Amino acid sequence: MSDYPLPVSHVIDQSTPASERSTLLEKLHGWVVTVDHKRLGILYILYSTFFLLVAGAEALMIRVQLAYPHAHVLSAQVYNRFFTMHGTTMVFLVGMPFLFGFANYIVPLQIGARDMAFPRLNAFSFWMTAFGGFLLYYSFLGGAGLYGVGNAPDVGWFAYAPLTSRSFSPGHATDYWALALIVSGFGTLGTAINIVATIISMRCKGMTLMRMPLFAWLLLVVSMLTLVTITPLTAAQFMLLIDRYLGGHFFDTQAGGSSLIWIHFFWIFGHPEVYVLVLPAFAIANEIIPVFCRKAIFGYPAMVAASVAIMFVSLSVWAHHMFTVGMTSVSNAFFTLSTMLVGVPTGIKIFNWIATLWGGRIRFTTPMLFCIGFLFQFLIAGLTGIMLSVSPWDWQLHNSYFVIAHFHYVLVGAIVFCIFAGIYYWYPKATGRLMNETLGKWHFWLFAIGFHITFDTMHFLGLMGMPRSIYTYQPDRGWNLLNLVVSIGGFIQGIAVLIFVYNFIVSYRRGAVAGDDPWDAWTLEWTTSSPPPVYNFEEEPEVHSRRPLWDLKHPDDPDWEYES
Amino acid sequence: MQMRRAQRLIRSSSAAASFLLTSAMLVAQRPTPSTLAPASTPAHQIFDLSIFVIAITGGIFVVVGGLLAIALYRFRARKTDPAGEPAQIYGSTQIELAWTVIPILIVVVLFLATARIIFAIQDAPKPKSALDVTVIGHQFWWEFRYPKYGVVTANELHVPVSSGATPEATFLKLTSADVNHSFWIPQLAGKTDLIANHVNTMWMDPQKPGLYLGQCAQFCGSQHAMMLLRVYVDTPEQFNAWIKNQQQPAQQHPAVEAGRQVFERQACMNCHTVSGTAATGRFGPDLTHLMSRTTLASGATDNTPENLRQWIKSPDTFKHGALMPAMQLTDEQLDQVTAYLETLK
Amino acid sequence: MSLMPVSHPARTVEWHLPSKRRVGMTALIAGESAIFTIFVVAYVFYMGKSLTGPTPAQVLEVPILATICLLSSSLTIWRAEKAIEDDRMGSFTVWLGATIALAAVFLASTALEWKKLIYQDGLTVSTNLFGTTFYSLVGLHATHVVVGLFLLTSVFTFSLFGWVDSRQSERFGVIALYWHFVDAVWIVVFTVVYLIGR
Repeated sequence: MSDYPLPVSHVIDQSTPASERSTLLEKLHGWVVTVDHKRLGILYILYSTFFLLVAGAEALMIRVQLAYPHAHVLSAQVYNRFFTMHGTTMVFLVGMPFLFGFANYIVPLQIGARDMAFPRLNAFSFWMTAFGGFLLYYSFLGGAGLYGVGNAPDVGWFAYAPLTSRSFSPGHATDYWALALIVSGFGTLGTAINIVATIISMRCKGMTLMRMPLFAWLLLVVSMLTLVTITPLTAAQFMLLIDRYLGGHFFDTQAGGSSLIWIHFFWIFGHPEVYVLVLPAFAIANEIIPVFCRKAIFGYPAMVAASVAIMFVSLSVWAHHMFTVGMTSVSNAFFTLSTMLVGVPTGIKIFNWIATLWGGRIRFTTPMLFCIGFLFQFLIAGLTGIMLSVSPWDWQLHNSYFVIAHFHYVLVGAIVFCIFAGIYYWYPKATGRLMNETLGKWHFWLFAIGFHITFDTMHFLGLMGMPRSIYTYQPDRGWNLLNLVVSIGGFIQGIAVLIFVYNFIVSYRRGAVAGDDPWDAWTLEWTTSSPPPVYNFEEEPEVHSRRPLWDLKHPDDPDWEYES
Repeated sequence: MQMRRAQRLIRSSSAAASFLLTSAMLVAQRPTPSTLAPASTPAHQIFDLSIFVIAITGGIFVVVGGLLAIALYRFRARKTDPAGEPAQIYGSTQIELAWTVIPILIVVVLFLATARIIFAIQDAPKPKSALDVTVIGHQFWWEFRYPKYGVVTANELHVPVSSGATPEATFLKLTSADVNHSFWIPQLAGKTDLIANHVNTMWMDPQKPGLYLGQCAQFCGSQHAMMLLRVYVDTPEQFNAWIKNQQQPAQQHPAVEAGRQVFERQACMNCHTVSGTAATGRFGPDLTHLMSRTTLASGATDNTPENLRQWIKSPDTFKHGALMPAMQLTDEQLDQVTAYLETLK
Repeated sequence: MSLMPVSHPARTVEWHLPSKRRVGMTALIAGESAIFTIFVVAYVFYMGKSLTGPTPAQVLEVPILATICLLSSSLTIWRAEKAIEDDRMGSFTVWLGATIALAAVFLASTALEWKKLIYQDGLTVSTNLFGTTFYSLVGLHATHVVVGLFLLTSVFTFSLFGWVDSRQSERFGVIALYWHFVDAVWIVVFTVVYLIGR
């Protein structure tokens, strides 16, 4: 195969002579000022991994405090800060940056582009997100003002008004929460704009929208959804700051204001936000599952349609977080129906994945193991979501440990599992080295076992009446043993994550050399070297189907003969 | 007809399930805040619905999860596989249509079953004889008012039992004096939020006398975890006796006159009411019948003289972050005021 | 490229994708619309709910002049767009200047209105729900006008130095798109605050 219709990046000699190699300071400077989407992608991923460890430690402290009733490991005040920071960190400083980091690295490579549409905006967005994160954590030092001991926000990650008003939250803890998220929200908005413009305007020749890899499609959908999802939160946070500093009355019940309007605005953000988090997980699974069962994804057009449907329907379900606030029976019924309906396109995706596996030849590599875990767990998460959509049952389950179990099934069982899968899958592309498979399998099994010990058990705690956000519980309620079990599972997950971090670091030097295409995959990023050159492609690629590398490897049986 | 048979089947199977579960609970003979031991009509309706939902979702899990498991086993890569790639299947319109239509049908069934219960619970007509209670949430305690009886109390709610012969529902109006709270007694009903400037309603008709436990279910600040709830479901005689007692003003005992002076002079009366005295504060719980309660500080500790004295000396001992300040009383004042409060039966 | 198998579909020689700048600005507008929607919803939700203080009917005067100016500025900027596309830079500068002048009149009018409301009617953001939602919504819009004015003035300054010609017409078109958005938002704000809300 000496004549490639696709550009190859080996021709140009990329090694640098010794006299020109940069010093450590120059290297660091290069990373700080970079506008290269690959470097920014890696920065996002390193940033998120750091905060994954921080928020994970917060979770483990929470679980130590709850392992037995009336523990005194954390006081009420410290506990409330920890669960607020755990939630806020995981959503905004771990979930979003991980997924936008993947998008940054992979999307231009997959669509045959040189970089993102607006590289400087890309860099600006990353640093805004990063600064927002550090501002949030600075609250530990500065939260009570210059002379007070710092304290972090302690109002829950959804910061309901009027708890967040000046009267009930004096000091600056809540302000750090609002400002940090406003700042990182601008970063998120910038990245979303960038991804939309890149995907629409910078695809290589022949790559119509229906020939894009599903990863790119889902990131397009996610970015469009983000534009109208993050912005309501930003608006509500501005309103909160106007209340706290300019004497506004948006949420001031004494002046006729309403707590409910905060709740509505927050969940108008909050529900689509979880789709912003989960759709990129689907995107990752869409790339990995076909490669490791050696078959094209089943039903590509339906997958696209289902993703777009989810984007629209997810904007209409937010009040299923509010079934207990006293809406009318008709409103409750409406949101029950819309929530059940959003389960339909989501379920269709699961069926498509199973159909992809069906008839394939499944290789159980580490990335595939994590995707399989994702499939089982997302199925269960979807079903407990259906349970919660049944509003009368939600009147019991809302704000209980059942809800915590459900959303951790989605956030950890689906999203974190896919993030791990994606890292194992694309790490060789970004670094040129494979991560260690044995350590990967240890990571997977320990994490999966710990995950199930913790979160399966939590469902029962919720059914047994344990509410969330409590720093301790009475010993006579029957929750003691299950809480201990939940805590033990948490520590098992912690060990697994440490194994992962070790693997991540050590493989950079000692991993097996990966080559361009270690997994025998089919999308454009696998045509570049590992790591790709800074310019990605020597010439703009031209594609004729959804799997350009498949066509190359199977010239007798190319995809374009089968695609509708 | 099909619906009725299905309903009967569901009722009997859920009755069997709840019998098994409640008997497990009853063996323990302790009150338990579990959603699996319903004791009131709304809780029963929710429980029955939940069994139906579990049956459907369980079925989906078995089918879909089973197919996934089978696929993983049957189509794992084997050394004996032929060279090259397996057949590439890009889609199938019939299959995809089927697995779009079937879930939509399942949604329709689930939604109709759910909507029925939404309207049954939320729009249930209020019987004339229903007891009215107003619940006002505070950081971190519950205020209960019985408007028709002129009674104000705190933290421990008494309601009459609803037996077949004398059905007696209790209808609650809920609002908040400060931040958002949520009233949740799992065995009696789903939870309803307490929101300032906004009145919510809920109802329950507990069918067995006894003590039912719950707690605040909407994060409301530092001591949200210790904003506990006790609901005593009384027989008609017990309830009448209780409410009559609650209607009485506080009795004056000359022996504890010194304690009453401490109470009124040391600013306790700024926050607390003791009816029949000069103390008419509304920020904290009404203490007129403090000794009729089993616990102090909305369940933070048992109502004993030692605990009461310690609570007054330093609320942080039991509930760090409670809004009652330590009043800096001397030991003598503490003894006196405790003795006074011990007379508020 | 001449090594394609014979049976492949015809290669697409024409490959036109939308301009990334327009797509980016459209995406920004989508996000901003969501922010404005939330503030409009808050305004509408709180209409008539203030417990005290001046009501809209008592203190608001319909800003006819300001509205005419702002909406006309959409026309003038459109003429400027046409001019820069045809490389008629003199005309461009004139129309752009007119746009800036009209926007300045709008902002001045808003400033005078607010001065009256604050000092004569005693309406501030902390007075009542009307004050909070009015200043937030109208202020958010005014901020966007200020940003737009800054962009337009920068381009105007560049064009005075002769640095602008038809090669920047696409970039100017993106700024004009933003400006049209600002005007469209004003139509909504005007209707909700000064027509419906009074």
